[in-house]
Amino acid sequence: MRLEKRHRTSAAAYVAAPVGAVAFTLLVSALLVLWAGAPVGRTYALLAQGAFGSVFALTETLTRATPLILTGLAAAVAFRARLFNIGAEGQLYAGAIAAVAVGGMHGGTDLEWSPWVLFPLMLLAAALAGAALLLGPALMKARLGVDEVVTTLLLNFVMLLLVSALLDGPMKDPLALGWPQSVALQGELELSRLVTGSRLHTGLLIAVGLAMLLWALLARTVPGFDIRAAGANPRAAAFAGVPVTRTVVLVALLSGGLAGLAGAIEVAGRTGYVTLDMSPGYGYSGIVIAMLAGLHPLGVVVAGIFVAGVLVGADSMSRAVGVPTYIADVIVATSLIAVLVAGLLAQYRVRWK
Amino acid sequence: MSAPPPAAAPDTVLRLSGITKRFGSLVANDGISLTLARGEVLALLGENGAGKSTLMSILFGHYVADAGSIEAFGRPLPPGQPRAALAAGIGMVHQHFTLADNLSVLDNVLLGSEPLWQPFSRRSAARARLLEVAQRFGLPVVPDARVGDLSVGERQRVEILKALYRGARILILDEPTAVLTPQESEALFATLGQMVAEGLAIIFISHKLGEVLRVSQRVAVLRQGRLVAQAPAHGTTQAQLAQWMVGHAVERAERRPARQVGAAVCTVDDVHTGGGRDALHGVHLTLRAGEITAIAGVSGNGQGALADVLCGVRMPVQGQVMLRGQPLPAHPQRLVAQGVARIPEDRHAVGVVGDLPVWENAVSERLGSRWFSHPWFTAGWIKRGRARQHARRVAETFDVRGGGPDVPARSLSGGNMQKLILGRALMSPEPASPDTPRLIVAHQPTWGLDVGAVRFVQQQLIDARDAGAAVLLISDDLDEVLQLGDRVAVMHGGHLTEALPTQAWTREAIGLAMAGGIPGAAGAGQGLGAAGTEPARDMS
Repeated sequence: MRLEKRHRTSAAAYVAAPVGAVAFTLLVSALLVLWAGAPVGRTYALLAQGAFGSVFALTETLTRATPLILTGLAAAVAFRARLFNIGAEGQLYAGAIAAVAVGGMHGGTDLEWSPWVLFPLMLLAAALAGAALLLGPALMKARLGVDEVVTTLLLNFVMLLLVSALLDGPMKDPLALGWPQSVALQGELELSRLVTGSRLHTGLLIAVGLAMLLWALLARTVPGFDIRAAGANPRAAAFAGVPVTRTVVLVALLSGGLAGLAGAIEVAGRTGYVTLDMSPGYGYSGIVIAMLAGLHPLGVVVAGIFVAGVLVGADSMSRAVGVPTYIADVIVATSLIAVLVAGLLAQYRVRWK
Repeated sequence: MSAPPPAAAPDTVLRLSGITKRFGSLVANDGISLTLARGEVLALLGENGAGKSTLMSILFGHYVADAGSIEAFGRPLPPGQPRAALAAGIGMVHQHFTLADNLSVLDNVLLGSEPLWQPFSRRSAARARLLEVAQRFGLPVVPDARVGDLSVGERQRVEILKALYRGARILILDEPTAVLTPQESEALFATLGQMVAEGLAIIFISHKLGEVLRVSQRVAVLRQGRLVAQAPAHGTTQAQLAQWMVGHAVERAERRPARQVGAAVCTVDDVHTGGGRDALHGVHLTLRAGEITAIAGVSGNGQGALADVLCGVRMPVQGQVMLRGQPLPAHPQRLVAQGVARIPEDRHAVGVVGDLPVWENAVSERLGSRWFSHPWFTAGWIKRGRARQHARRVAETFDVRGGGPDVPARSLSGGNMQKLILGRALMSPEPASPDTPRLIVAHQPTWGLDVGAVRFVQQQLIDARDAGAAVLLISDDLDEVLQLGDRVAVMHGGHLTEALPTQAWTREAIGLAMAGGIPGAAGAGQGLGAAGTEPARDMS
């Protein structure tokens, strides 16, 4: 078996690739569902219903999608510039901690700032914290050639331990009966509900707005051109006059900032305080979502909702038919592999023999 | 990898019959039939994209032909198996060497030729065999020398030995002279003679017509995937070969002497750069308006560093470059804004960002940091309509074909990509005020292009010169240097000779200077006496 590059990728292949990928994913997952002894059709129906079937399901899915969209954007912009930021998880926690530090730590002091000042300050602090965490690895990559995959990945664990220390130390909530959780954010800094009676908050609008802004930046502006050029071919970009190092730093600030915002918005929109399990791997899922979206910011919104839907839908489905919720992880992982392979097959043809 | 038995039919060692290969709608090889005889050099001639590489890839088992068959030494060659091709005695010497720099010559030759499960390599036997092969074919080597320390000519020798060591009886040489000095090429031709005398058969791939006629007995010409002509080399003229290659009569770019040489536009004064082999060591050069200064030399002797400095992507560690009395700006886009047109050596890796569309590549050099009042962007926001329009104008003026402004630049052919780069460099962003560039830095601008594109590019350089630009042409191709240069300087080991009028040079003198000798024409070449800072690496 061999791969030969196609002379030109046909338009039909571009359509067939994602459709084929989804079909393949459903097929593979169906085998596992059968193995678990559940009816395939009903399982999928329940999964879809649990994700999108009611107002409640839909709000739950969109609530889950909010941080996923932000970490997906963080990964997408970084990967566009070939800055492989695997550290969105740590940056998310850094943002969450910074948000609480700004918006929750001065209870009982004389500081009386209007939420109109404090709220933007809180988001800014979160973005800066996430950005600062990625700046070091980015500079080390640009200046010294240090592999950012290793540094950003390892910083996740450093960050988790730091958060753990903070939650047991200076940021510990005295009212939490010994649970490692931070002091709570001031009530007036919390994001308002989009749908009353649900958990869906205005963070979703922020995430979608940032996706559109990021798309405009990448597609329509000179810095966006710099990012795409520096990622696709740094030598040619430098020859054309793109400031490659400066661009990598800019991308690091953007990517880390978006991941940091994910943390702040989770705190302000959902949890209200920081715990060590507030993110079930949103930072890592962001990578999957960015790849599913082909690194397109608007695609990230769709992919984020898809992944969130599978996760939320699987929860309710498993209660009904007894297929473990891990099927959600299988579906997400398989769809990523399928999309990547389908993208490859759109560009190459397979020759047997 | 035992040597194949002598063929039953005495003469024909290789027979390609009706080889056809399609990539989608493109027919890369269209029913090609060729034979190769023992003791024969067959030249395979054709422009880029004519199907030479595809044919050789099929022969070597990298591709599977859609139709046709191959017979080596009277036996059919199974398709799609490089191993089978090797076992049948077919060896290939690639244009870009496939050697490990950090290993010795012997290690490189042995690499991959020994079974994995054999715990120790049988080095003494291998060394004896290598020396025996080297002697038989007249390719002297030092088995323990590190490949990284060898000259380009010596490395090529190792590549050839690698193939011969594995029992190659049919040798394919892909553009073997592209990286050699004239003297090194002569040595290679002598070796080829010895190899065919030993009974080898050689396929010699080239686009240099002169050397094709010199070394081969027979010439086969490919055009658009078809075998359009086969002729004995004796009695065939270069003009005829060129006509077969292109399909119509070819005129060369018109060689006109510089009309009016003006003031110095750019002066390079005692420039040194860091960076190993390709560094500059005290280069002086003056580029005058209305004149083409051509730099000859084997690539890798500092040409890259000189071009980088003049293109604003590398800073000298010592010395100064002045552009019209001012220090040369150290930033590509400011350089471009001051009228420097830059054509880089490697169009795929440096010239364009292949994944981005043609229109973005057409404006990339001028998407600067000037935030206001630019025809293509306002406050960082790209005016896509205007930029596309400019790209369309570049494509029209410079005849860039292949899909319009929105296809990725990667999909352009080499010639069209080079025209795009040329148009980007030479065309002013304001259609109303077409100012010509003041300085053109062209590094290997015609490398790998087909005859028509070569002529186009050369003509553009000549026209720009006549319009008053100072042109620096850096080229491996001695014919191009002599044809276009008003003055010629030679580069070796990071030193540059004085730029003398082209008439003052002989080919021999240039060849000598390329190898690091004292230029016969000048006698007082700039800084050549300091060549002792590096170990001598010439092979002649």
